[in-house]
Amino acid sequence: MKKVKFLTISIFAIALFASCSDDDVPEPVNEEEVITTLTVTLDSGSGSVVMQYQDLDGDGPDAGTVTVSGPLSANTSYDGSIVLLNETEDPAENVTEEIEEEDLDHQFFYTVGSGLDVTTEYTSFDSAGNELGLTFELNTAGASSGGLTFTLRHEPNKPNTGLADAGGETDIEVTFSVAVVD
Amino acid sequence: MRTYLLLILLLSSISSISQDCDNTLFGTVTDLHDGSLLVGATLIFVDTEQAVQTDLDGNFSISKLCNDSYSIQISHPFCLTKAITIKVVGNTTKTFRLEHHLEELNEITIAGKAYSNKSKTIFENKILKEELERFSSGTLGDALNSLSGVSSLNTGNTVVKPIINGLHSSRVVIINNGVRMEDQEWGAEHAPNIDVNSVGHLTLIKGAGALQYGGDAVGGIIVVEASKVPVKDSLYGKTLFTGTSNGRGISLTSQLTKSYQNGWYANFQGTLKRFGDFEAPDYVLSNTGMFENNASFQVGLNRFNYGIEAYYSVFNNEMGILRASHLGGAQDQIRAINSDRPLIINDFTYQINAPKQDVTHHLSKINGFKRINNFGKLSFQYDFQRNYRLEFDVRRGEDKDNASLDLKLDTHTLKLDLDSNLSGVIHLKTGLMGQYQNNFVNPDTGVRRLIPDYDKYDLGIYAIADYQLNQKLLLEAGTRFDYTYMNVFKFYQTSFWESRNYDELFPEIVVEVFNNQILTNPQLNFYNPSVTLGANYSFGEDYKLFFNYSLASRAPNPSELFSEGLHHSASRIELGDLSFQSEIGHKVFLTFQRENKTFSFSISPFINRIKNFIIIEPTGIQQTIRGNFQVWEYRQSDAKLLGVDIDANYAFTKNFSYKTQFSLVKGYDLIRNEPLINMPPVNTINEIIYQNIKLSNLRIALQSEYVFRQNEYPNNNFEVFIPQTETIEMVDISTPPDAYHLINFNSSIDVKVSKQSILTLGFGVSNLLNTSYRNYLNRFRYYADDLGRKFLLNLKINY
Repeated sequence: MKKVKFLTISIFAIALFASCSDDDVPEPVNEEEVITTLTVTLDSGSGSVVMQYQDLDGDGPDAGTVTVSGPLSANTSYDGSIVLLNETEDPAENVTEEIEEEDLDHQFFYTVGSGLDVTTEYTSFDSAGNELGLTFELNTAGASSGGLTFTLRHEPNKPNTGLADAGGETDIEVTFSVAVVD
Repeated sequence: MRTYLLLILLLSSISSISQDCDNTLFGTVTDLHDGSLLVGATLIFVDTEQAVQTDLDGNFSISKLCNDSYSIQISHPFCLTKAITIKVVGNTTKTFRLEHHLEELNEITIAGKAYSNKSKTIFENKILKEELERFSSGTLGDALNSLSGVSSLNTGNTVVKPIINGLHSSRVVIINNGVRMEDQEWGAEHAPNIDVNSVGHLTLIKGAGALQYGGDAVGGIIVVEASKVPVKDSLYGKTLFTGTSNGRGISLTSQLTKSYQNGWYANFQGTLKRFGDFEAPDYVLSNTGMFENNASFQVGLNRFNYGIEAYYSVFNNEMGILRASHLGGAQDQIRAINSDRPLIINDFTYQINAPKQDVTHHLSKINGFKRINNFGKLSFQYDFQRNYRLEFDVRRGEDKDNASLDLKLDTHTLKLDLDSNLSGVIHLKTGLMGQYQNNFVNPDTGVRRLIPDYDKYDLGIYAIADYQLNQKLLLEAGTRFDYTYMNVFKFYQTSFWESRNYDELFPEIVVEVFNNQILTNPQLNFYNPSVTLGANYSFGEDYKLFFNYSLASRAPNPSELFSEGLHHSASRIELGDLSFQSEIGHKVFLTFQRENKTFSFSISPFINRIKNFIIIEPTGIQQTIRGNFQVWEYRQSDAKLLGVDIDANYAFTKNFSYKTQFSLVKGYDLIRNEPLINMPPVNTINEIIYQNIKLSNLRIALQSEYVFRQNEYPNNNFEVFIPQTETIEMVDISTPPDAYHLINFNSSIDVKVSKQSILTLGFGVSNLLNTSYRNYLNRFRYYADDLGRKFLLNLKINY
């Protein structure tokens, strides 16, 4: 019964719209804009700590994985740098370059949780001299632990005094649990 | 010729006092089919040689009549002259109904006669041309919004989506000049692609009863038709210009019609609209401008026994979406909701940037009819529609100017209808419909497809019969069956595919496995029956009772079946379900109506019980690199909607009248036992109108619109951790805004320019008091206030 009906309709449709039928199997679309991976490298000169957030299915149901390679040392100065990747593409697309190209429209913010005793300072700036934040300096004080949050805002108000008056839209917001040890 | 061309409604005049030859006959001449008033009809009393013409309201009166029988000859330019005999006893009031459009071209309309009743047992709300012209610079949704029982789901003020008795999108069918609109209507932020200026007549049917149009109108049907063209040698047109202060824009529309005595005619119509950013009372609503251009062309031949017509229209609309509504995750939502001003306010501009929509809709059709003696009227129609929808998001890098959504929907439809009178009292409509649809999603957007590529085939068959039992009672019954087959190519993210257990439930539909995506080929079949049963009872002098029960079945739409990912403008992740069944609605719609010169009203209570009602609701929070997003999943439930629509009209004097309107709807999810989301709040519109035909047809109207707060809503709030403040905050997306009251003013006056042209000057103010308010049914209510005061200047010239 089902088949008969389908057949009738098919014949009917083919007869009428022969030229319209487009049976080509569609090609997959790789999400071009998604950022799957945020990698923050903190380098003290004598050693480095790598923090990574990776979520390969973007807005899919799988949660991202957060890794921190180890604790930070107390009373140390680190050079921080941020790399963003879209790993749904092969080879992975380096999104950091796009941020650099559109430096006026982007800014990273670093939020230090209340338990954590570190300070941050911007070392990268956009073409207008305002903070961009792809690189930064992180100075640790005594032993402590807490959250360290990296936020990337698209089209923020520049200059600003921080996230509270930055506006724009959030492209990234990732928190790492960080420990500083003596 | 048909003998039923002229019907007299004999009314019992109980309070008749015998007064010899001092009686007055009051009467109205109306169109037999839609009850519209016929202006300039001539009535000649054969015995006394008295003659009288109907005025602009279709009314006439003639005095000095005796208690006697009179022969009257009634004629009207577009009607056949008819002679009838009436009996006058005391002062008498009568309504004469003429078959108005026998000689008019819209005989060609497939589904019944133009402007005729689409369903005989559901009370129909109508908007006539004069009223539609007041919405010339707005949208079709704005015009519909003026009817009781209709609200709109707005995305800003340019995307206005009609809600009928609480239901919208796929549950509302729109028929444009006999063609069922296929314009991605499933989307809550997709407005109907129809130019309000191309509409000559609009009918709203709050139910699925008009089965000739489809059996899936769970909410209702909107029928728009072009103006009728008379069969005579004529060339006429009109141009309408509107300028508005808010939006600092204009709307210009023009129409030209040429007709011939031999039945040929042609009609051209075009519209241009350009608006910049609109403004709330306290700030500019940045990026809310719009640019619209439309045209339509119609050519045809109309004879009594046959006719043929070709019609083409194109609609193009570019609409800005409020910039401040484009958000990242929950943390952005909190910032936006907590701020009483939009987070982005720029200076006024005409420029439209991302986010925006750019939609083009082509509609072409060819149709014809042939009357066959003793058989009926046979009509056919073929129509083709092509809908392009581009949606642009705020993007980064090389994709900055690329659309995020690029859809092309082609629809071919063939219809064959037969309209026949089985006997003088039984009337039967039957028909067949076949449709093929192809949806193509351009993969070059760099964004995964929101809805998949698919081919869809529909086959429908219906029969509706009505039986005029006696002068007072009409019964109607109809049934329809639709078969839908969908052949879909859908890419699923592997993680979603597995999390839904689809790998175990539907392993047979997998076509190919890619890196992190799976290509599937779902083939879906839906069998949808629909039924209508109704009665229409006239009693007393001017009372009527309508009863209708309709059963409607709707196949799930592509978004309900296949959604899977982040919906930017809603700032949430939306998930569909492949296993959905058809939604089945049972609606009972009653109307008690009084039609009278001084006091008319209609009261329409309804109840709509819907099985497998598809709703989307929040189910959790998902962590992404952009922060937390709320996850909304489509689910099938059972729903009950009930409410009442009231309209009333009272004429204090000849020139002063009062109009009121009240709509109430309540909707409940019967499984969760909670209110449905986005139910229109109770609202009432009251208007005082002064109109004087003798004073250059001066019309002044003052309108009050009061919208109550929606007190029944589901609680979809959620909590989210904000790392910057290290606090857990509630995202309040549920609480409806407060009640509001708007005052609107409207006026117009006619100026005779030459023998044939009339210039109508209009001036209006909407939101006269510049009230700041937010509308529960505007998706941007979280981010910004609604429109502030708007001055409006109208110039219309008929020639």
